[in-house]
Amino acid sequence: MTKHKLKTKNKFPKAPLLGRGVGVRIMSEKEIKNLQQIFEAKIARDEKIEPKDWMPEKYRQTHIRQISQHAHSEIVGMLPEGNWITRAPSLRRKVALLAKIQDEAGHGLYLYSACETLGVSRDELYEQLHTGKAKYSSIFNYPTLTWADMGAIGWLVDGAAIINQVPLCNTSFGPYARAMVRVCKEESFHQRQGYEIMLTLCNGTPEQKEMAQDALNRWWWPSLMMLGPTDDESVHTAQSMKWKLKRKTNDELRQQFIDQTVPQADILGITIPDADLKWNEAEGKYDFGTINWDEFWQVVKGHGPCNKERMSARVNAWNNGEWVRDAAMAYAEKQEAKKVEKAS
Amino acid sequence: MSLNTQRNISTNPTPPPSEGAGGRTQYILEIADNSLILGQRLGELCGHGPSLETDIALTNMSLDLFGQVRSYYQYIAQLSEEEKTEDDIAFLRLERDYKNVLLVEQPNTDFGYVITRQYFFDVFHLMLMQQLQYSKDETLSAIAKKGIKEVSYHKRFSGDWVKRLGDGTEESHERVQKAVNDLWPYTNELFEMTETAKAAVEAGIGVEASQLKEAYYKEVSELLREATLEVPESKYFHKGGKHGVHTEHMGYILSDMQFMQRTYPGMKW
Ligand SMILES: [Fe+2]
Ligand SMILES: [Fe+2]
Ligand SMILES: [Fe+2]
Repeated sequence: MTKHKLKTKNKFPKAPLLGRGVGVRIMSEKEIKNLQQIFEAKIARDEKIEPKDWMPEKYRQTHIRQISQHAHSEIVGMLPEGNWITRAPSLRRKVALLAKIQDEAGHGLYLYSACETLGVSRDELYEQLHTGKAKYSSIFNYPTLTWADMGAIGWLVDGAAIINQVPLCNTSFGPYARAMVRVCKEESFHQRQGYEIMLTLCNGTPEQKEMAQDALNRWWWPSLMMLGPTDDESVHTAQSMKWKLKRKTNDELRQQFIDQTVPQADILGITIPDADLKWNEAEGKYDFGTINWDEFWQVVKGHGPCNKERMSARVNAWNNGEWVRDAAMAYAEKQEAKKVEKAS
Repeated sequence: MSLNTQRNISTNPTPPPSEGAGGRTQYILEIADNSLILGQRLGELCGHGPSLETDIALTNMSLDLFGQVRSYYQYIAQLSEEEKTEDDIAFLRLERDYKNVLLVEQPNTDFGYVITRQYFFDVFHLMLMQQLQYSKDETLSAIAKKGIKEVSYHKRFSGDWVKRLGDGTEESHERVQKAVNDLWPYTNELFEMTETAKAAVEAGIGVEASQLKEAYYKEVSELLREATLEVPESKYFHKGGKHGVHTEHMGYILSDMQFMQRTYPGMKW
C-alpha cells in the first residue's frame, strides 16, 4: 500500500496570512492598469498566474469560490462511499474502496492547499461549508443504498467529474491547474474501478444485474445534473471562460458525458432510464429527455434526500475533533517552549 | 538486550504431531484476525476523522491491516484441503471461529479510544512481527518482514498521538486517560499462549508471545509517563478472544462485515 502513504505534505506554499497589500503603498490607477494588462497578457499567452502575482480581486474571489467548492465536494463525497466500507463484499473490494476514498481525501487536501495560496485559511473554508455558505456537488446528497452504488458512483460520478475537470488541467491559476493534473489521473482510475464493479455485477447472477440496473436508474439523472445548470441559467460561464476556468459550456460537457456513457451502458447490457434517449444520426450525438431541474434546485437548496445527514456528518467530525486539534496545538506549543528553554 | 534481535522462536527441528495444516491455520488466525477486526474498526472512521490528515492516516493503517489480512488468508486458503478463498475465511465463519483479541473489537468511542487502542495494539504487533520474521514458515516470515515497516509507522503515529493527547490540554489529558484506563484490561490477553500457539512455537513457526510481555509493559508504561499519563494499576484483565469468546460488540461488527456474503451466498463481486 505504499501508494497511499501520506503523500500530500506541503504541496503548496503556506498561505500569505496577512492580508494582501498590507504595508504596501496605495497604487495609482495607472499602475493598476498596467498590472491588469500584464495579467491579461499572461492569460492570453496561456501562462500560469501564480499566487504571488498580481490578480484582480474578482479573479481571486472566483477562484476561492470554485476551488473550495471543489475541495468540499471531495470531502463530502467521501461520505456516501464511506457508507459501504464496513459492508464491502470482498476483501479486494474493501481495500479498493478504502483506497479510493482516501484518494478523495487527498484531493480535498491539495485543493484546500491550493485555495490557501489565495489568502484564505482551511478553517475559514470549513466554516463556510458548515454554515451552508459554500456549496458542494449536489450529487453527494443522494443515498448509497446497495453495493452497486459503489460501481455507479465510480463509473458515472467520477466519470462526470473527469469531464468537468480535464479542461481545468490547463486553467490559468497555477496551483489549481497542477492539482488538477494529479486529481484527474486518480479520477480516471476511480472511473475504471467503478465500471469494473458494474461489469462484474452485470456478468453475475440476475440479482446482481438487477442491482446494477437499479443503481443506474437512481444515479443517471443526478449525474447529468452534476454537469451544472443549462447554459442560459448558468451565471458564471462567460467570465470563467475568459479565465480558462471553463473551456466548454455545461451543456457541451453534458452532451460529451452522455455520448461517452451510453455505449458503456450498452456493453454492460443495462438500460439508461430515459425513454427519449436515441442516437441522432444527422448530428452525430445522442438526443435525450428533459432533465428535472426542479429536483436539481431542490437538492442544491438543501432539501435533497441526504443534505442534512451529509452536513451533520461533516459538522460532527469537525466539532468532535476540536479537542483533538486543540491538544495537538497545545502540545506543539509546549514542545516549542521546552526547546527555547533548553537553548537559553 | 534488544528484543529485535532476540529470537524467541524455538529451533526444534521435528514438529510435534499436533502440528498439521489445521494447527497452523488456527495459529495464523490468531494473528490475522486481529488485523481484520482492527482494520474494520478503522474503516468505520473513514471520512469522520478530526482532521483530513488524521483521516488519511487512519485509513492508511486500515489499508495496511487489510493488506496483511489478505496475505494471511490467501496462505490459509492455500494450506486448506478444501476449495477456499480469502473471502470465505474473512466473511463466512461463525463468531466463535474468529480468534482476534478483545482489544481490537472495542468501539471507536472517541479519538482518544481510537488512538489508545491502536497504540496498545501496535506495540505488541511490532514485537510480534519482529519475532515472526524468524519463523521457519517462509510465508509467515515474509509477511512479517513486510509488516514490520508498516507497523513501525503505525506505532510511531499512535504513540505520537498518545503523547499529544496526554500532554496536550486538560480535556485531552482526561479523555485519553479514561481511554487508557478502560482499555488497559484488554492488554494482557495479547500475551496469552493458547494450546495452538504453544504447538506453533514447538514447531518453530510461532512466537512465544508470553515472553514479549515484560518488554511490552515497560515500553508502554514509559510512553504513558512521558505523555504525563498514569499507568493503570489494575490487575484485572479480560480474555476470551483467542478462544472465540468475544464481547457483545463482535456480533455487530460481523453483521456489517458479513452482510453481503450472507445475503447473497456464493456470488462473485
Ligand atoms: Fe476526487
Ligand atoms: Fe473531484
Ligand atoms: Fe474520485
